[in-house]
Amino acid sequence: MATSEQKIKDPGIDPATGEFRVVGLNQTFRSITEKISSIVLTPRTPLGWFAYFVVAGAGATMLLVAVTWLFLVGVGIWAITQPVAWGFAIINFVWWIGIGHAGTLISAILLLFKQQWRNSISRFAEAMTIFAVMCAGLFPLIHVGRPWLGYWLLPLPFTMTVWPQFRSPLLWDVFAVSTYATISVVFWYVGMIPDFGTFRDRAQSKAAQYFYGMLSMGWRGSIRHWMRYESASLLLAGLATPLVLSVHTVISFDFAVAVLPGWHTTIFPPYFVAGAIYSGFAMVLTLAIPLRKYYHLEQLVTERHIDNMGKLMLVTGFIVGYGYGMEAFMAWYSADHWEAFTFWNRAFGPMGWSYWLLCTFNLFIPLTTLWSRKLRTNIPFMFVLSIIVNTGMWFERFVIVVTSLTRDFLPSAWGTYRATKWDYMTFFGTIGFFLFMFLLFVRFLPMIPMNEIRLLLPQAKIKPKAAAQAGD
Amino acid sequence: MPPREGTYGLLAEFDTPGDLVRAARQAHHDGWRRLDCYTPYPVEEAAEAIGFHRNKVPLCTLIGGLMGCAAMFSLETWISVLAYPLNFAGRPTYSWPAFVVPAYEWTILWAGLSAAFCMLALNGLPALYHPLFNAPNFRDGATTDKFFLCLEARDPKFDLAASRAYLESFAPVSVVEVEY
Repeated sequence: MATSEQKIKDPGIDPATGEFRVVGLNQTFRSITEKISSIVLTPRTPLGWFAYFVVAGAGATMLLVAVTWLFLVGVGIWAITQPVAWGFAIINFVWWIGIGHAGTLISAILLLFKQQWRNSISRFAEAMTIFAVMCAGLFPLIHVGRPWLGYWLLPLPFTMTVWPQFRSPLLWDVFAVSTYATISVVFWYVGMIPDFGTFRDRAQSKAAQYFYGMLSMGWRGSIRHWMRYESASLLLAGLATPLVLSVHTVISFDFAVAVLPGWHTTIFPPYFVAGAIYSGFAMVLTLAIPLRKYYHLEQLVTERHIDNMGKLMLVTGFIVGYGYGMEAFMAWYSADHWEAFTFWNRAFGPMGWSYWLLCTFNLFIPLTTLWSRKLRTNIPFMFVLSIIVNTGMWFERFVIVVTSLTRDFLPSAWGTYRATKWDYMTFFGTIGFFLFMFLLFVRFLPMIPMNEIRLLLPQAKIKPKAAAQAGD
Repeated sequence: MPPREGTYGLLAEFDTPGDLVRAARQAHHDGWRRLDCYTPYPVEEAAEAIGFHRNKVPLCTLIGGLMGCAAMFSLETWISVLAYPLNFAGRPTYSWPAFVVPAYEWTILWAGLSAAFCMLALNGLPALYHPLFNAPNFRDGATTDKFFLCLEARDPKFDLAASRAYLESFAPVSVVEVEY
């Protein structure tokens, strides 16, 4: 246990609070600025970046192939049929959008709660949101069968005077997800404007000066600008908070409004939102742990962040556990024959393995280990755990979508589901696309908000004594 | 607009936010109104010091949100009741509870867009040119680690020599004259 003794004397721990520091010791405004801008403004791209980029690009290309073939041939290349008409496309949609939610939680909800430790992870968590929403939005669009008619979802004045049906949660989804995507992009971009100003001023090459100059819109750090900017950021955070809760609620309505046993339940909205945040934090960890290691950001993304995210996963994991428990309870308590059968079928039916896999990955492993601070700050462990939880959350959506649909009311209508290679290619292709976008983000945009980190430094505190001397 | 010529103002550089706030507060106290601070992160005390307490971004956001809500709710009502009434098991065409969800989303959408665009518009951004970038020490500092106070020539109290001496009295790192 020598390591734990060392941990206590660890300079990463603030003796005043006993917590890990949010920003490492001895940082200045300039050192932080140089650290973050050198990642982007360097003329030499690290070789490792190219290696990851090639792998992610191959994944994105696979998505392109899968989607091209889908457009040429039709959704028949997927395994969807009756009774399972909502296969991988909807599983992946819910999974991806859930991943996005933690980004908004970190950038908006934790901002409102003045959780300043969030500052250094908020930007890339938000980038993660945007790329996850891009992947998510793709699936319903290609699942409609004729994606070139996707604009029919919008209330546009067509010549044939057909209008959308506003009483359907599927249409609510269109508005929820498109609003979510737009507001996330706006919030992300507004957050980056001052950092683009820094890049513009620090860039050496003419091209970079023009590029970041355009993006920064002429930001010059005027205090009047800052105050309006702060108002806008706070308002956007305040707006994104109810938005993020409503998005997954509306998505859960897609299921809960249907009469299918296993879907028709009122626990879905909170259970979906908690599950979304749970998997989202797992994805933030999956991305943050290699990033801080690779770019040596340990002073900015400290053990504190990993620890706190572990705590948040513990909380949301328990809410998800409550959701599972309540489903089991209601299967018995509702005295509904079909509900009871659906639950039995989930756990012990032909696809019962997926139910036990999700229980193991989402409940048994994380909720027993995340109690320990030693494990929460054990970086390799947290990385593996984050992948376990993401896998588990994917299987949760698989169980909800597939096992409920395969065996509904009438045994003569029962069926099964086995995904085709095109299903897998589309799914893994979106992971490639997601990483592809994320690598571009890391290379060209400020992945840690410099202006927000500066606020965390002790130098940013204005000493009351100095202010009092002014004596006005 | 014809290009302006002459002096934009005098720019004093400080090393710490405390020095900046002290100088700004004194300058505002002494009757300066055309002045601004430039900082690498939001220093609320500096805004208070120069008497900038309120801004119009929240009002814009409120108006935008209400407009979004009204726009979507009326669109839904018009479509479902008049333009394309659909009968689902005899349910009323004006089924307002179902209309709440898209109207709620559009409230947020319009409010968020209003907040962002109003902030930019009120700040006069995007701006392709600003005289302050002519100052030699501005670009290295204002977005990194330096704190600036600018007394603008538009202020009636402005006088190149006297104002420079006035700024020097705050013991800044430097005072430079900024040309248009």
